[in-house]
Amino acid sequence: MQEQQQYSFEVVKWFTYMAVVYFVIGTGVGVWIAAELAWPALNFDNPYISFGRLRPVHTNAVIFAFGGSTLMASAYYVVQRTSGVRLWSDKLAWFSFWGWNLVILGAVITLPLGLTQSKEYAELEWPLDILIAAVWLAYTFNFIMTLSIRKVSHIYVANWFFLSMMVMVTYLHVVNSLVIPVSLWKSYSIFSGVQDAMIQWWWGHNAVGFFLTAGFLGIMYYFVPKQANRPVYSYRLSVVHFWGLAFGYVWLGAHHLQYTALPDWTGSLGAAISLAMIIPSWGGAINGLFTLNGAWDKLRTDYTLRFLVVSLAFYAMSTFEGPVMSAKTVNALSHYTDWTIGHVHSGALGWVAMVSVGAIYHMVEKLWNTKVYSVNLINIHFWLATIGTVLYITSMWVSGIMQGLMWRAYDEYGNLTYTFVESLAEMFPYYAMRTVGGFIFFLGACLMLFNITVTIRKVETNPASDMSNVAVI
Amino acid sequence: MSEQQDKKTISIQERLEKNIWALVLATAMVLSVGGIVEIVPLFYLKTTFEDQVHPEYEELLGVRPYTALELAGRDIYQREGCYLCHSQMIRPFRDEKDRYGHYSLAVESKYDHPFQWGSKRTGPDLARVGGKYSDEWHIQHMLDPRSVVPESVMPSYPWLKTSKIDGLGMEKRLKAMKVLGVPYTEDDIRTAAIDVEGKTEMDAMVAYLQVLGTMVKFQPGRDYRD
Repeated sequence: MQEQQQYSFEVVKWFTYMAVVYFVIGTGVGVWIAAELAWPALNFDNPYISFGRLRPVHTNAVIFAFGGSTLMASAYYVVQRTSGVRLWSDKLAWFSFWGWNLVILGAVITLPLGLTQSKEYAELEWPLDILIAAVWLAYTFNFIMTLSIRKVSHIYVANWFFLSMMVMVTYLHVVNSLVIPVSLWKSYSIFSGVQDAMIQWWWGHNAVGFFLTAGFLGIMYYFVPKQANRPVYSYRLSVVHFWGLAFGYVWLGAHHLQYTALPDWTGSLGAAISLAMIIPSWGGAINGLFTLNGAWDKLRTDYTLRFLVVSLAFYAMSTFEGPVMSAKTVNALSHYTDWTIGHVHSGALGWVAMVSVGAIYHMVEKLWNTKVYSVNLINIHFWLATIGTVLYITSMWVSGIMQGLMWRAYDEYGNLTYTFVESLAEMFPYYAMRTVGGFIFFLGACLMLFNITVTIRKVETNPASDMSNVAVI
Repeated sequence: MSEQQDKKTISIQERLEKNIWALVLATAMVLSVGGIVEIVPLFYLKTTFEDQVHPEYEELLGVRPYTALELAGRDIYQREGCYLCHSQMIRPFRDEKDRYGHYSLAVESKYDHPFQWGSKRTGPDLARVGGKYSDEWHIQHMLDPRSVVPESVMPSYPWLKTSKIDGLGMEKRLKAMKVLGVPYTEDDIRTAAIDVEGKTEMDAMVAYLQVLGTMVKFQPGRDYRD
């Protein structure tokens, strides 16, 4: 009961719930566009739902709406719990909530209209970019100020990761969004060609490295030990993980541009550092997994913990796969193929979504001071998420490697064996399978929304079950 | 000795953990390194662009700004998200040369604000699609892709046929490009509206696709990337 007065949890509750809503929407749109690639008739000759316009809706919805809301909920939650103080400013926190949701609303309207800067994961036009910057700075500033008034002497490791994410995303967003506006909804990047490509992928890979990794590692470093009720395995490893990641991740963008017109030194540098990144990444994954030493038995009964642990396994897997794919010889085959899509989703579904889901189930119980409505449904969600993810990524591995091999195949007379469209025709079963995998994953998200909605409604309609409200009355 | 060193590193870390402003500053500095090293040199190193390494290769001077109609097409290309399935960047491999043509050069996209290299080939690379198919083929292909390529998964774009290009808008867009350093002349800007008058979005798309990769007339036996 004291907790509820001591901390500003209302805004965290709203972010948490919206994260789940956006989880369903983002994965739902993903399933739809996956189906469009398998059965193009689903584009219905309608401009607003054609693949090219909906794909950014999917990426923005899952990364910024779902991922962003999760990050804001969890960073606001963790910084209060680990600092022993309320948020520095409730007003700024509410501004970030409404501002962020306004950005999302703007995205949902403008992207299907084809209003885009055409930079992947940074499609939104300049007025929305300015709003994003304002919200992001409010979020970052509030977070830093809350740390500055903390009641404990040390800043907890989860907060370092959140902080690095906030600072880096500020850099990235500001630089990559520099444009000259032509009208309210049209602008041109101030950079061109080679430099624009490098800046875009510096942004692109760090959207993955910081928004989708450092931020979610912040989540991992708080929620895994909490849920397992054990301290973090190794403090030293945390320090290595943090500084290694903060220094190294920034360089990786160049590995998206190997063998392109970008100078060779840049791509090679990106690839070399990518390889070295296995060390901090696996250090972090081991740090998270070994935190369970002495508590592994909990996995039998604690489904929330299962989400967190499996997410770490996927984190380890994707951070191994990434460096492999950035090696030049592998990249020559994998680039431009579905393998990249598979890799992204092993990170996005297996790591980011699973760690978020674990954190959200944990937070819902704490925030509303209750138990989740159905533990069984969490268990079913866990299996749907795992099976869906595995089906998705295996189909993309197969299709990606097949594409790469078919494109470079020569017959005995020295002619290309396959036309492009022959390779495309071979993709159909895998595109269909990917759609099924994504749909299974999406079903899990729907169950989660149902489970959490019922949980919250039970508390809100029956305040007697909520200890904090009793105390207030 | 090593224990002492250990203590020292721990103490720097400890100081950062106790002082939020020091942590913010240290993090901000560490985070900035990679980007600065990889991006800044691209703006001044002469080796970034082939025409600065080989000023004697006259064919490299062929790269020109897009006409108003081509630029209108390029804007539609972005609006429809074509770059999500089509790359415009041919790598220096034998199979890509046989399939798509000469590898792409940095100079070829120097007026591309933003770049359209893409990251995925759900459809084929378009860096040198210019001149490969007739205008009629492109129109039919965009109206109904499966009528010319039965296996295609590309959406149809029937609305391109009916929408007209806004002349005044194109004038503004050329002006903006000029501010960014694209060498449009006053004449180009003045005639922009006339250039696109009465043209449909389909005409613009076709004009853009037909110019892709055709500006540099490659000379046999020349290595552009040494």
